[in-house]
Formats: sequence, structure tokens, C-alpha cells
Amino acid sequence: MIKLIGVLVIAVGFGLRLNPLLVVVAAGIATGLSAGLPFHEIIAQFGRLFVENRYMTLPVVLIVPVIGLLERHGLQEHAERFIRNSRLATAGRVLLLYMAVRQIFIALGVKIGGHAEVVRPLIAPMAEGAARARYGALPDQTVQTIRAHAAAAENAGNFFGEDIFIAVGAVLLMKGFFDAAGVNVGVWPMALWGIPTALVAFAAMGWRCHRLDRRVARETAAANRPRGKGAS
Amino acid sequence: MNLITLEAFYVIVGIVLLLVAGRIAADAAHPKRWGSALFWALLAVTFLFGRAIPPVVTGYLVLAMVVLAAAKQVGRSSGAPGSSPAERTAHEERLRHRLLWPALLIPATAVAGTLLLARVHFGSVRLIEASQAALISLSLGALFALGLGLWLTKAPVGTPLAEGSRLLQTIGWALILPQLLAALGGIFAQAGVGEVIAGLLAAALPMHAAFVAVLAYCGTMALFTMIMGNAFAAFAVATGGIGLPFIVQRHGGNPAIMAAIGMLSGYCGTLLTPMAANFNIVPALLLELKDRYAVIKAQAPVAVVIFIANLLLMYFCVYRF
Repeated sequence: MIKLIGVLVIAVGFGLRLNPLLVVVAAGIATGLSAGLPFHEIIAQFGRLFVENRYMTLPVVLIVPVIGLLERHGLQEHAERFIRNSRLATAGRVLLLYMAVRQIFIALGVKIGGHAEVVRPLIAPMAEGAARARYGALPDQTVQTIRAHAAAAENAGNFFGEDIFIAVGAVLLMKGFFDAAGVNVGVWPMALWGIPTALVAFAAMGWRCHRLDRRVARETAAANRPRGKGAS
Repeated sequence: MNLITLEAFYVIVGIVLLLVAGRIAADAAHPKRWGSALFWALLAVTFLFGRAIPPVVTGYLVLAMVVLAAAKQVGRSSGAPGSSPAERTAHEERLRHRLLWPALLIPATAVAGTLLLARVHFGSVRLIEASQAALISLSLGALFALGLGLWLTKAPVGTPLAEGSRLLQTIGWALILPQLLAALGGIFAQAGVGEVIAGLLAAALPMHAAFVAVLAYCGTMALFTMIMGNAFAAFAVATGGIGLPFIVQRHGGNPAIMAAIGMLSGYCGTLLTPMAANFNIVPALLLELKDRYAVIKAQAPVAVVIFIANLLLMYFCVYRF
């Protein structure tokens, strides 16, 4: 029971909006001490696992210089101009199309997306551009909402397509677990049973994107209405 | 033996981070000049020498970075972006679609490299290690794209460094949050936190009802994933503690259906938790959102809908096929 103290530290720390780095380290130290590890050993664990997981930070650091260079030369403006030529485009439709492409490719084992690689330089500006082409200048709050949904489309497309491909982490991990537990399960049934949820995820995102478009229309209408008349 | 290893790219990352630290130290107008410079320099050390220095030393370096961040000594430079909208539009009109080439070269190299590079070998010497093919290919793609971008834009080499430094400072100390959370997940796993929760749940819930077993398993997957920030870490604990003993062994459920939908229930948890910082927190900062939790808020309704669908799907299918 006492081992759960780390979970409590996380819940309270995040709830109080303390610095997340501090909360995480405190939770690790509390958990380690409650499990009987000496303090030095816990710090060494943090050090070892921090180094082992450097791969999580690698892509961001290598990609931002290129993206920054291209953005300085108008990449976001170009993505926006590109989408303005399409009459059918809305912020929600851009994001939903992206999610579909992302989901299909990752299901075939091909990773084409990423927050730093694609969402920031291309997808978010395209979604914003589509909204601007329709409604003119966007209130800051609307821009923020569109960008947050762009990140959501990337995550949902990534997570709920990946499980269909048998040669990636998730399916192999499950196979490994069952093999170790002595349960005979094939990889194909596990991959195919990921499809219904993949479709549900796409439909759920479709609903969110539809809501997003209505919200963009409402917020821009409210912002563009002349002052004084909006109260009624 | 492998010719190109991931370690080489960690060194490149370390050099980039060191240059960022140097730029900050040289910037007298930086509001948190020395704290920020130290933070990025310490991070650079963990990338440059991570393999060589003892883990306990790295651990204290990490602790120092955390203290700097918590004491609000890590900030971003006060300078405006390096270009005005008018300049960017002028460049854009000159370069047009050529701007997209480097951006598309990154995923293209990543895909081609993942498929091809792992197969290249000269006798017993491999070009790259197969397990690292995806990361190495992505890194190569970033470097190729940088070269192409510099050639197309005719920009000086300092430009990508200045812009990269600005973007990294936008993310700030949150850049190391995913690594730190992964470390915490490891400590949780070592201490057996998951087993304790699974044991409590299994004892407390009426598992003789088939639906309760499904609810407990999917719920545990989502909850553990929210705590650990990682569905893979949650899978072994939830499946070993609840899925296998109750859904499969007690109620005769199909393990393939249980595992597939169970893992996807875990992913619903990933959409909801700040512990999955690389998916939810770092992107919010990268997109310059004011609310660190804006991405989670945008995803929450989707996650809840998918989770409920998963519950029903599993309940109606796992005992039937």
C-alpha cells in the first residue's frame, strides 16, 4: 500500500500545478524510498533511465533547426496559401483528412507524421489558413483551439492506426507477453481486432472536427460583430 | 558491428544543445541568462557523455536541471522572432513549392531508410542496427533536410541554429519531461506499484460478473496508462493481474480480442494524461499554446467516446468469438 505514495504525489502535485519536473522527481524518490531503495540508488536509477530514454528527445532537437529555417523563409505562409486555393477546405476537414492519411499509413507501418515534423510547420498552418480563408482574421482564442485540435488529430491518428500493423511495438509486445505467460495467441487476430476501434476513433474525431468548424464560425462571428450590438 | 550508431546522433544533439547554451550565455539581454545557459549545458552533457559517466552522476545532473527549472531560472530569450511577416512573405513568393521539399524529405528519408538501411551490410559489418533503423533514418532525414534547406534558401549556417535555439527555448524545460517520466515509469515498475493496484482492484470488485471483468480490465489499462504515461508499461500489469485471471481463465474470453481492445483502451488513457508529455505537453508548447493542457482538453471528449466504444466492443465480442 505504501508504495502507492508516488501516485499520490503525482496526483497532488499536478493538481496544485507545481512544476511537473519537480513532481515527477519527488514521486520517484518517494516510491523508491517506500520500496526500500537507498537515496543514491534512486538517483542512479533516474540517471540510468534518463540516458536510456534519450531517444525521446532526439528527433525534436534535430528537427527544430530545419523547421525554424523553413519557417523563417515562409513555410507556414506557404502552407496557408496552398490551402486557400481550395474552396471546400475548413479547419476541421483539413485535420480530419490528415488523421485519415496518418491512420492509414501507420496501419501499413509507415510513419509520416509527428508534432515537430509535420503538425507545427504544415498541418496547423493549413487548418488556420482554411479558417482564415473563410472568415478573415481569427481571434487568438480560435487560433489556439485549432492548433490544439491539430495536435489531437496527430495523436489520435497515430495511436489508433498503429495497432493494426503487426510488425510494430504494440502487437509484438502483446505477443511477447502471451508467449511468456504460455498462452497461444497469433499476431493477426490481435491486429485485426484493432480495426473496429480504429474506425470508432476516426468517427469520434470526425464529430470533434465538425464541432471545431462550428466553434470557429461562432467565435469569428462574435469577434467580427461591431462592438455594442453584440450584447443582445 | 554497426557503422552508424544512434550514439553518433546523440553527440550531434549534444553539440546543438551546447551551442544553444553558448548563445544564451552570450546574450546579455536574456532574462534568465545563467540559469538557462546552465540548464542547456547540463542537458548537453547527458547527451555527449551519457554512456561514459556513471548513472549516479547523471542522476545528480538531472536533479540540478530540475532544481533550476523549479526555481524558475530557466526562461526564453526576450528577443522577437528573427523575421517579420513581410520578410517571410517575400521569401515565400520567391521560393514557393521549393519550401516544401526539405519538409517532405524528412519523412521520405525516414520511410526509405527504415525499409532499406537495416538490410545493408558489408560482410559482418552492418551499416546500422536494425532495431534503431527508424530513429537513425529520421535523424538522417533531418540532417539531409537541413542541407537542402540551407542550399535552397542560401541562408547562413547561423540561421537554423538561431531559429532552432528559439524553438527549443519555447519548449523550455518541458523538453526533458518525457525522459524524466520514462524514468519514473521504470521506478514504478521496479517498486511493483502496478501489482499493488491490480491486486486491490481484483479483491474489491465483483469479478464473477463478466461485464465487471471487462470494465475492470479496460479501466485498469486506461488508469495505469494515465499514471505511468505509457500503455506498454500498463499492459503487462493489467493483463497479468486482471485480464488473464478473470476475462480469459474465469470467463473463457478470447485473449486476442481482449489484448487488442485492452491496449487501445490504454491509448485512451494516453490521450488524457500529462504524464504522456511527449504527446500532450511538448506539442502544446511547440505550437505556442498558452494553456499547457490545451491538447489534453481537445482530446478528452474523443478519448471518452473511444473508451466507451471499447468497453462495449470488448463485452460483446470477447466472450463470443
